[in-house]
Parts: sequence; C-alpha cells; structure tokens
Amino acid sequence: MKPLFTVRDLEKRYGSRIGCTDVSFDLWPGEVMGIVGESGSGKSTLLSCLAGHMTPDQGQVHFDGRDVLAMSEPERRFLARTEWAFVHQNPRDGLRMAVSAGGNVGERLMAVGARHYGNIRETATDWLGRVEIASDRIDDRPSAFSGGMQQRLQIARNLVTGPRLVFMDEPTGGLDVSVQARLLDLLRGLVRKMGLSAIIVTHDLAVVRLLADRLMVMKGGRVVEQGLTDQVLDDPQHPYTQLLVSSVLQV
Amino acid sequence: MNVIEISNVSKTFTLHNQGAAVIPVMSDVSLSVAAGECVGLLGASGAGKSTLMRLLWGNYLAASGQIVIAGTDVAKAEPREILALRRDRMAYVSQFLRVVPRVPTLDVVAEPLLVTGTPEDQALDAARALLTRLRIPERLWSLSPTTFSGGEQQRVNIARGFIRQVPVMLLDEPTASLDATNRETVLSLIEEAKARGTAIVGIFHDEAARDRVCDRMIEMERFAA
Ligand SMILES: Nc1ncnc2c1ncn2[C@@H]1O[C@H](COP(=O)(O)OP(=O)(O)OP(=O)(O)O)[C@@H](O)[C@H]1O
Ligand SMILES: Nc1ncnc2c1ncn2[C@@H]1O[C@H](COP(=O)(O)OP(=O)(O)OP(=O)(O)O)[C@@H](O)[C@H]1O
Ligand SMILES: [Mg+2]
Ligand SMILES: [Mg+2]
Repeated sequence: MKPLFTVRDLEKRYGSRIGCTDVSFDLWPGEVMGIVGESGSGKSTLLSCLAGHMTPDQGQVHFDGRDVLAMSEPERRFLARTEWAFVHQNPRDGLRMAVSAGGNVGERLMAVGARHYGNIRETATDWLGRVEIASDRIDDRPSAFSGGMQQRLQIARNLVTGPRLVFMDEPTGGLDVSVQARLLDLLRGLVRKMGLSAIIVTHDLAVVRLLADRLMVMKGGRVVEQGLTDQVLDDPQHPYTQLLVSSVLQV
Repeated sequence: MNVIEISNVSKTFTLHNQGAAVIPVMSDVSLSVAAGECVGLLGASGAGKSTLMRLLWGNYLAASGQIVIAGTDVAKAEPREILALRRDRMAYVSQFLRVVPRVPTLDVVAEPLLVTGTPEDQALDAARALLTRLRIPERLWSLSPTTFSGGEQQRVNIARGFIRQVPVMLLDEPTASLDATNRETVLSLIEEAKARGTAIVGIFHDEAARDRVCDRMIEMERFAA
C-alpha cells in the first residue's frame, strides 16, 4: 500500500504574514486526519492549499502519485469534482440554493457523466435517504431546509460520486449540539463504509476524538504536534496542546 | 513465544502549564508475556499500573524503550500501525466505558467485529450471545449504554473486549463493580481466552480473582522512577 496524499514543506504567506508553513504529512487510504488549533492558526489556509482552492507559495502536494500543483486548471478541477470532495462550514457555500435537493445531488452525477434521468433520480433518492432526508423532500430547495438538513444535503452532494479524499472545514460548526451529534454519527458511518480518506478541520476536540484516526495540532501557522488522535489528546507533549486539551471540560 | 516484549521503557509526564512540573512514573521497565499467560500488575494507587496499560495500548507515548506487541513496536509505530494492531490483534477493557453517544449497546459490542469485516448478522449474533452471557437484559440492547449503571457499563465494556479472539488483551479492573455471578462469568471468559493462547496483562484489586487467573504478579515498585 502507498500513501494516497503526500504533502511536503507546504507554505502559504499573506504578504509578510504566515498563513501556514513547514507542513508535511502522508495520508494513507482510509485514514481520517483531524486538524485542530486556535482561531487564526492556519487551519483553513492549509486546507485551502491542500484542496487546490489556493496556490501555496512553496511545497509539494501529490495525490495518488500525481503532482497536484503541476496540473493544469481543468485537470485539477476535474480531480476536485471526481476523486475529491469539499464540505464547507457554511452549507450555502457548497450547495446551489436555487436548485432542488434532488438536483443538487443529481447535478454532481451528471458532471461525472451520468445521463439516464431515472437512474440519476434513483441514486439521488438513495443518497437523501442515507443522510436521513425524507424522499418527499427531494423537490424542495435547500433554502426550505434547516441548517442541519442543509449540511446533510451538502454531504450527500459531495459523496454521491464516490470520492476518495474528502476535505471538510468545520463540518459541524454553527449547528446546535444535538444536531451535531447526529451529523457526526452519520459522517462516521459513511467514512467507514466507503473507506474514505478525509481531512477535517475543526476547533472541536470531541469531533476529532470521534472521527479522526490521527491528529495534527497547529499554532501560528505551524504544526506543533501530530500523532494518533487519542494519544495526542490523552498524553499531549507540546505546551500548546496541553493548554488546548486542558481548556475543554471533557473530551 | 512472547507476544508482548517490553524493554527499557520509561515514562514521565511534563506538565508544561503547571510550572513544567515533571512527574516521573516509571523507568527501565522490561517485561515479557507469553501466549496463554496472564500477568497481573500490583502497586499502590498512583504507582503507574494504568499508565503501563495505556503505554501498551499506544494511548500514552513512551519516552524511551521498545514495546513490541504481536510484531508491532507501539513505542515507534505510525498511527495507522497502532490502529491496525488494535483492530486485529489487541483488545483493551478500560476501567470505564467510553462510547459514541446515541449508538445502541448491541452495535457498541458488535463494532470490533464489524470493523474487521465480519458480516453484520454474524457480528450481531455474537454480540447477542455475549450480552446474554453477561446478563444484560435484552430490553437494554437497543439503548445507548451511556445511561446504564456502573456494573452494566462495565459488562458492556467487557463484552466489547471479548467479542473478538485476539492474541493480546489488556484488562483494567474487569471485575471491580460486578456481583458474584457476573464476576464468575468474567473470570471464565478470561480463562477461556488464556486457553486459546491469548497473552493478558491485567489489573485486579480483587485478590481471589487475581489468584485464579494470574500466572505471575509484577510489583510496579520494581520500576519506580
Ligand atoms: N485572505 C487573507 N489575507 C490576509 N491574511 C489572511 C487571509 N486569510 C487568512 N489570513 C490570516 O492567516 C492566518 C491564518 O488564518 P486561517 O483562516 O487559516 O485560520 P484558521 O485556523 O482557519 O482560523 P479559524 O479557526 O478562526 O477559522 C490568520 O492570521 C489570518 O488573519
Ligand atoms: N495523562 C496524564 N498526565 C499527567 N499525569 C498522569 C497522566 N496519567 C497518569 N498520570 C500520573 O501518573 C501516575 C500513575 O498513574 P496511574 O493512573 O497509572 O496509577 P495507577 O497505578 O493505575 O493507580 P490506581 O490504582 O489509582 O488506578 C500518577 O501520578 C498520575 O497522576
Ligand atoms: Mg478557519
Ligand atoms: Mg489505574
């Protein structure tokens, strides 16, 4: 087996300010990595660089042996639509609000070549079911959905094409606690069943404890500690990680 | 054959945010456990018994030394190697149950089998059998164990630990809050695992239990730092 996603010495600056720097890791097939750290520590910057939304100033990114930074824009877009998925914190950024729920999911299938209307609708219905959206809501627009439903719809839209690598930026942020727990359960089940690799940015240590196999802790744009999730949370080595872990009640 | 081989392991905790206080817990631990053998850890509260278990589980990071378990050195292994070890070769019955909220007891118990690819009906059957044997009333199976009594939670934890047959088991006070009948069941489960060749490291405050299942006792004092 080989790593699915390889990152070396990644750096992004905003003028003289560091966005993130000196980031290296290998992500293996089926592995879920969490990225935690205080506000402004560079988590979103790093994720954007990894997902190709931003161009890093330095470093290398390889996906399945392919040099992502050397790809042409259309090549990279195709990759992002087929083998990758990105779940935004705000479902409005990841959904088309003027299109029906079924359309939001079906559109992605069409983008990868599905043409048969009946099959597309059937798959879309199946996926709405998997994210616990009743099939009689298939023709409603996402604007008629609650925040939690919108987030589940965004997840269905992103996973329907069977990606191999999913990026998520605060997927449960902005949702109330009970809705969060349900979404996490769902994500956990989907990630396991589909054998997905994922990189999840969050400030919530309970979320990473539940979802992530391994954890990366960032501060000031740098990775200060990484390792097995429960080991980093239960036996943190770096002063900053110790502070982070001791500041929350119980995870 | 030794399934667990610990050599020269030390462990200290440095509390960076409390004046960088250093807590030396143990040093120069060397210990091996053979297939089918059960080793008990002895020592006062705070002596480091649970810490040693957690080092074996890969939950705590060893400061130095080697901890080779069924072919993997957990002191140096990558996260995915430790996860593979936990999935295929090692089980840990911790002192307290920690579960994902909302997941029914039956699924909590079946999960270790499901993640190794056992068909769902088979895994659920095994979970039902073990829950029955540990006398968890059937009406509780569909509920999350988070609201169960201490003894019920412990038995769920034990069922989860014993559902797979693995070469290595870590047992932290497995009989602590159990009545005589359930205690007897757990001791039989341990004896059956030993007979299958499982290497066990355990902490038992219960002296009679210790005498019955442990082949050897290790005083943590020996490793005092
Ligand atoms: N477009 C930008 N222009 C200039 N500076 C930026 C820009 N985006 C981010 N930064 C800065 O880069 C640093 C890292 O920001 P980033 O958004 O990656 O943090 P974060 O860890 O995602 O924080 P949060 O948890 O608040 O979302 C911050 O100092 C931020 O102010
Ligand atoms: N994560 C941790 N961070 C800091 N110190 C720790 C941590 N875990 C354990 N310790 C310290 O290590 C020492 C050994 O604790 P441990 O829990 O291993 O004791 P024990 O022998 O299991 O005791 P008991 O019989 O009370 O369960 C204690 O001083 C404890 O405070
Ligand atoms: Mg951010
Ligand atoms: Mg203990």
